[in-house]
Amino acid sequence: MNGHPTPETGQSPGGRHLGELKKGERARVTGVDERGVVTTLPEGELERRMIEMGLVEGSHVEVLHEAFPGRDPIAIRVNEHTLALRRAEARAVLVAPAA
Amino acid sequence: MSVLDSALPPRIALVGNPNCGKTALFNALTGSRQKVANYPGVTVERKIGHFVSPLGRRVQVIDLPGTYSLRARSPDEEVTRDVVLGRFSHEDSPDLLVCVADATNLRLNLRLVVEMKRLGRPIILALNMMDAAEKRGCRIDAAALSAALGVPVVPTVAIRRGGVQPLLEQIDGAMAMATDAAETPASCGWSEPSSRDLRAYHQEVEGLLAGCVADAGLPPLATRRVDAVLLHPVFGLAFLFLVLFLMFQAVFAWAEAPMNLIDGAVSGLKDWVAATLPDGALRSLLTDGIIAGVGSVVIFLPQILVLFFFILVLEATGYLARAAFLLDRLMGGVGLHGRAFIPLLSSFACAVPGVMAARTIENRADRLATIMIAPLMTCSARLPVYTLLIAAFVPDRPLLGGLVGLPGLVMFALYAAGILSALAVAFVLKKTVFKGEREPLLMELPAYRLPNPRDIALGLFERAKVFLARAGTTIFALMIVMWFLASFPGAPEGATEPAIQYSIAGMIGHALEPLLAPIGFTWQIAVALVPGIAAREVAVGVLGTIYALSDSGDALQSSLAGALAASWSLPTALSLLAWYVFAPQCVATLSVVKRETNGWFWPVVMFVYMITLAYGASFITYRVASALL
Repeated sequence: MNGHPTPETGQSPGGRHLGELKKGERARVTGVDERGVVTTLPEGELERRMIEMGLVEGSHVEVLHEAFPGRDPIAIRVNEHTLALRRAEARAVLVAPAA
Repeated sequence: MSVLDSALPPRIALVGNPNCGKTALFNALTGSRQKVANYPGVTVERKIGHFVSPLGRRVQVIDLPGTYSLRARSPDEEVTRDVVLGRFSHEDSPDLLVCVADATNLRLNLRLVVEMKRLGRPIILALNMMDAAEKRGCRIDAAALSAALGVPVVPTVAIRRGGVQPLLEQIDGAMAMATDAAETPASCGWSEPSSRDLRAYHQEVEGLLAGCVADAGLPPLATRRVDAVLLHPVFGLAFLFLVLFLMFQAVFAWAEAPMNLIDGAVSGLKDWVAATLPDGALRSLLTDGIIAGVGSVVIFLPQILVLFFFILVLEATGYLARAAFLLDRLMGGVGLHGRAFIPLLSSFACAVPGVMAARTIENRADRLATIMIAPLMTCSARLPVYTLLIAAFVPDRPLLGGLVGLPGLVMFALYAAGILSALAVAFVLKKTVFKGEREPLLMELPAYRLPNPRDIALGLFERAKVFLARAGTTIFALMIVMWFLASFPGAPEGATEPAIQYSIAGMIGHALEPLLAPIGFTWQIAVALVPGIAAREVAVGVLGTIYALSDSGDALQSSLAGALAASWSLPTALSLLAWYVFAPQCVATLSVVKRETNGWFWPVVMFVYMITLAYGASFITYRVASALL
């Protein structure tokens, strides 16, 4: 889809974020960095919510479903549970290919 | 009731994630010995029940709103935090916290347990849904977990008979220890955890899982397969609209018979009182004021129960979260959160539960936007008015080869007008007053489950109780006021017009007439709108009074339709329909908005914007219709 122009999130060059994964892709969470994500929340809040919902370094994720239109939001498997979130906020979750 | 020697029974609180089966456990513990009240000062519902333990101790149980963390994000979660921390000045903190964790989803659930443990309060961990966990091949060493956590751990199966017995015994044991130990009401040393603390909790959970879970079992594959269809961009949305369609069919079809029964009972009671009491003010107050007024509201109980039946079942299965997921992007087009779907859906029965359901939206701007448009959804109280006017003015002409009738099409157009205007208002609100990004969506999609009939039945019972209590208090009082306005002063000697013309309501109606003339309303409509402020559907009864008809129920509808068709022009009727789509004629809605937003500002804004829309829509409708017809 129209996606995000450049995957320039945070300071990990070449790293990807959860927001750009396609359906069926699996990955491992390498970090949570909310800089560059616009939200209504106070600073640090999105990061803490992500951790509370299990999106923390080392978690295994897989994109299970995409909604309509624009393939957004997405439903992802996080270890054993399933979570729905929007691609915009998923940019805060940095990922690496599943080992 | 008080069989106790000590002054207060010991209190335990159930705390846990949403979807952990906490309410099922609460129902299993207390059965029907539960009630819903409000916490003082906030509008969060407070579920309290009690049970007698195996050792004969009477124990009070509080079911706290589900939460993922003590860092409260919504008013509901603030209550959980404040009760757990003993911050409510009105009540002491619970003697014992029962942390409820979904055994099939331990990683997420244990996080909260680890956070709660930091409080240093007495805790029992209930591993709920153990049967489902075992079925998946998940093997949890409860004894090892208990040793590692330092708190008692008991497996529970809330939906199985005897499935909470180990928990009851554990509670008894803990209570005995608590009474032995000196009271330690030390204020909890809780401070909001930083992201570093949260990562540390997470590490601790990983350690616990590694030590105590021999086999994590299979993930819920069935749920994944079902979701492949139900969350599909095309089939998923089609299924959602099918569910909604069936729901609306059911709200009208299933509720019809009980509504007729209630209607008959109310008429019967009225006739009986009219025949028993001598003619006079008391008889009029009882029959025309209280019985007719409260009856006209109670008649919606079946529709509300059918609607809540669907909502409770959809919620228990885990489908409601999916609906919010499917609609998030579409509703985002007008700036609404996916979660706004549930309050707006409820508002088709009645805006009051709809406004209350908006609590699940964490962000204040998103929540206010949802509350402000909820009354634009066509609630069931508008139906009697729509039905009456359509019967009077819309010819029953078949369209599309008899597939739909013109009356049905007009009814559909009225519903559509409500929905479209709500979306437009939401769009304007989000572009002006509530600017800014939407609240992030971060929502668990729980595994599908079969709903437990007992939980559904208890939920419906609670809804019925709350609704009837309201009809018996607020609406009861309003009806007395309205009856007074419509009855005093009485008609003078030799009056030729109906008595209501001479009453205060009549005077108000006449005073309003010049204001309403530009939109084509007659003085009779103006008079009917005055008591209609209390509840929309009352206007039908008042029109019946003005046109001096003494029938009731269906007979009133059909003969009144004839009278209206003879005395109103079609533009007037269309203008009144347009008025009813928008007009804020419901004191109950405005009062619940005041309660939910904690002040008069938002109900006043709601009243002003809706009445402006109503006047504008009626004006345009009347002018256009007059010019064309």
